[in-house]
Amino acid sequence: MSPDPAYALFPDPEPATRPVPGPDLPTEPILRLTDVGKTYRSGALAVEALRGVTLSVDEGDFVAIMGPSGSGKSTLMHILGCLDVPSTGTYRLGGEDVSTMKESQLADVRNRRIGFVFQQFNLLPTMSAWRNVELPLVYAGLSRPARKARAVEALARVGLADRIDHRPGELSGGQQQRVSVARALVTDPQLILADEPTGNLDSVSTEDVLALFDELHEQGRTIVLITHEQDVADRARRSVQIRDGQFIDAAATHTRVGAAT
Amino acid sequence: MSWLETLHTAFDAIRTRRMRSALTMLGILIGIAAVMLTVGLGQGAQKQVASQIDKLGSNLLIVTPGSTTSLTGVRGGRGSATTLTTADAAMLADRSVAPDVKAVAATSSTQTSLTANATNWTTSVVGTTPSWLQVRARTMGSGRFFTAAELAAAQPEVVLGETTAQELFGARDPVGEQVTIGSQPFTIIGVLATVGSTVGGDQDDQAVVPATTYANVVSPTAGTSVASIYLEAAGQDALSAAYQEANNALLTSHGVAETASDFTLSSQESIVQTATSTSRTLTVLLGGIAAISLLVGGIGVMNIMLVSVTERIREIGLRKALGATPRVILRQFLTEASMLGFAGGVLGLLLGMLGAAVLPSLIGQPVTVSAVAAVAAIAISVVIGVVAGVYPAGRAARLSPIDALRSE
Repeated sequence: MSPDPAYALFPDPEPATRPVPGPDLPTEPILRLTDVGKTYRSGALAVEALRGVTLSVDEGDFVAIMGPSGSGKSTLMHILGCLDVPSTGTYRLGGEDVSTMKESQLADVRNRRIGFVFQQFNLLPTMSAWRNVELPLVYAGLSRPARKARAVEALARVGLADRIDHRPGELSGGQQQRVSVARALVTDPQLILADEPTGNLDSVSTEDVLALFDELHEQGRTIVLITHEQDVADRARRSVQIRDGQFIDAAATHTRVGAAT
Repeated sequence: MSWLETLHTAFDAIRTRRMRSALTMLGILIGIAAVMLTVGLGQGAQKQVASQIDKLGSNLLIVTPGSTTSLTGVRGGRGSATTLTTADAAMLADRSVAPDVKAVAATSSTQTSLTANATNWTTSVVGTTPSWLQVRARTMGSGRFFTAAELAAAQPEVVLGETTAQELFGARDPVGEQVTIGSQPFTIIGVLATVGSTVGGDQDDQAVVPATTYANVVSPTAGTSVASIYLEAAGQDALSAAYQEANNALLTSHGVAETASDFTLSSQESIVQTATSTSRTLTVLLGGIAAISLLVGGIGVMNIMLVSVTERIREIGLRKALGATPRVILRQFLTEASMLGFAGGVLGLLLGMLGAAVLPSLIGQPVTVSAVAAVAAIAISVVIGVVAGVYPAGRAARLSPIDALRSE
């Protein structure tokens, strides 16, 4: 999919399932939300968390989604991450309509197409770094030696080649977040979805992790980053603001192709 | 995710919570060991009783008289009637009457005192026929048994049981010595080999005399009536035929109907059943109590699995976000629960086997552990683990990844 030699480290686990951009869909973006709404019901009360959100992200893009708490950005992140499905509208990810998928299909899509980076890192404390990184590959059904090789490579990519046997408790916050970035990379996903990745980090580690995202972007990775910090959002190629379940700058929701980073 | 991988993950989860897993398994372990030991004890006791009854003879049928009812309506109980006589025994010994009966031995017995030199010993004196030795499957330790001619001549001869001989003569061989029964001197012509059975009294503690001598000297009031008639069927297959023949012959000769029969005909098998029914009831009772402890162990597994699901809610959320389907999560927790059950079962089995090896020397009771019981113990443990795991695993599988990830 990408000529970048870095990708050669991560052979596609299921090449057949990857949509090949053919002549009839030349500009299909990696991710396209069309008029997506999400309403939560609790008893008689209906809360409209998202009201008609439209967004498309092309391959290689680096988008920051900004908004205060209660703006619907968490809901948007859940839908983007296929952790939840929209109430209305459609969501296409990598050419597949995921808005009507069942739970087990969504699990498969999450496994193959998305790499998550969480604010809380969400590393399993009893497992070493490489065991944490290999976790998505376990669910992808890879053999143990193949998993270990790829986990070690991914850890090397984030600069933790000498920490593969360390447990999360033996690593600094910045290093833990690098481990979780490695875990997000290990399946070679089409989309890296980071939810407040620097929210729990000091300024040095924040810079460290953001630099890593810059690097991944330069290597052609598609990144969607959710944050409420302006300086973090500024590192992205473009940012969109969400408030009360809607994007406020509609113009920014479309990719500015060729825009300078 | 492969089964091997699932097992691996479950094993990791159990290993990282060593203390708790060990305590959880303890419930199953104790339950399994308790069930195995109680059932083993019961089976051991039944086996012991059965083997003792086997020593009474082989393919044995026993006829005992019915009960008497006095004029005032007091019923005397089984064997109190004098409806069986030596004539009945003679009739049953007739091949044309009961072709499937191989040998017949009528016996009467009474408790009386034997005196030898300055020693005396009270024991059961049995009057019978020479066929007794064969019918009761006994062998001679020394000397010989009395013959038909001696029976006919009502010789004052006696054959002692091993214990009786020891009580009267110590380690000395008493064959040829004299012993006084009642006031009549008897010559000891043999000592029976020990049999080690205590069913129907210590079978090694008795004095056997010819039936004629018994009627003349030991119990002159008994006349021709006998206390029981032992029948040996021609073989295992002939047992039921022999039973029918003896029953019909006795009913006809006594002139009574089946419903009003004045004798009881029981087989060795029925005696075993009666004798073991008490220990079987006890086994079921104790086994039931042990099974309840096993059930409590199972509830312990369920409890721990529920705690485990609650505690690992973030882990479950993460695994789901990374691509674990509900089915995979369900399988993982079910595997974990059944592994706990299996491990508890194996350890319980080992403890039970250790107990079965040690207990007999402590309490003097045999404990039987069968392969079937061992396999069943393991299977039951796994089933308990799975059953206890279904609810917690279902809860884990249904967790929404968002809620699970969000929880602190």
